[in-house]
Amino acid sequence: MNTAIELEKAPTSRFKDKVMELLPEGGNLNACLTCGACAAGCPASGLENMDPRKLLRMAALGMDDELLSTDWCWMCSMCQRCIYVCPMQIDIPQLVFQIRKSHPRGERPKGIINSCDMALRNDTCSAMGATEEDWRFVVEDVADEVRESQAGFEDLQVPMDKSGATYFLNQNSREPVTEPDEMIPLWKILHLAGADWTYGSKGWAAENYCLFAADEENWEKIVRTKAKAVDDLGCKVWLNTE
Amino acid sequence: MITCYADWIRAGKLKVNPDWNTDRKVKFTVQDPCQLVRKTFGDPVAEDLRFVVKAVVGEENFIDMVPNRSNNYCCGGGGGFLQSGFAEARRQYGRLKYDQIIDTKADYCITPCHNCHAQIHDLAEHNGGHYHTVHLWTLICLSMGILGENERVYLGPDLAEVAMP
Repeated sequence: MNTAIELEKAPTSRFKDKVMELLPEGGNLNACLTCGACAAGCPASGLENMDPRKLLRMAALGMDDELLSTDWCWMCSMCQRCIYVCPMQIDIPQLVFQIRKSHPRGERPKGIINSCDMALRNDTCSAMGATEEDWRFVVEDVADEVRESQAGFEDLQVPMDKSGATYFLNQNSREPVTEPDEMIPLWKILHLAGADWTYGSKGWAAENYCLFAADEENWEKIVRTKAKAVDDLGCKVWLNTE
Repeated sequence: MITCYADWIRAGKLKVNPDWNTDRKVKFTVQDPCQLVRKTFGDPVAEDLRFVVKAVVGEENFIDMVPNRSNNYCCGGGGGFLQSGFAEARRQYGRLKYDQIIDTKADYCITPCHNCHAQIHDLAEHNGGHYHTVHLWTLICLSMGILGENERVYLGPDLAEVAMP
């Protein structure tokens, strides 16, 4: 029997009430019908002997110590399928996010925190630490090679910091850092479509691990850095890559 | 990006063609990324995704997972799971997605999202599955006969030399 469902303890700090104050409509956290539609379709059900319905019941019962200590909050991907199937639209993923946030930063998973910290080092926002120079170099290098070696793409353009372009395209750091040739098919598509697009030397990295780290201040900082890069170039559409 | 692909194909700017797969009959399924579909644009973008996939691999060679679109299961690559250090839990989580893919009997799973790509690729390796995991851009270029030699890392041997420029 999981100790997490022992009911002897009296409600203490009521974490749930604090979360409800933060969410529109209180995230409907008091509206659960206990139907189990969330748990039935959640791939994380069973991990750490937990599931979304159980998590919400624990919150409702004021089992805050157990609620705040489970690693399950890192095993829920906050995919929102539970909300999608819930007849009451209960925002369990936001409850999970707030549980993540309640963990001291130093005790959150190192991999996520390190990726967040890395992204804060440069205006590129790259969680893999790619600098503006790295990025410009790899893009130009790969583009040169395509122009030289691939028939029909002698005029391939890979614009960087082109003011007023319609699309500001971002790119996951994995491509420039570990598999740059994977960018080529995308460039060819944009070229053939005649798209008016550009990369930016700043704010180009698509990922934002500070969100996953539940580091709201730095999550916002990264979003603002990226949005500023788009605005500074006067681009109309911030286009997220595949 | 998916909506752009669909618009450009509809406008005739991207002349994709599924003929390369008419006789080969290589089967494809697609992962609906949670962030793109359920959490952001909803079913319309899932329809655009299917429109593009079918235009590229042939309608008869596309097999959907069940459930799908906004009701899909997360693969387990999102939310930071890939970086969290809980690899065993992540793979257990992904078992549902793995079984869904295997049930389609598809040779390829198209993953138009980086996290999905990394996770679904890892699920195949970990569970000994025989499907390959590809981005959509790879197949769009393949179908236009412009996919270069070094751009085929995620294709299996069956497609390694198909429709070379």
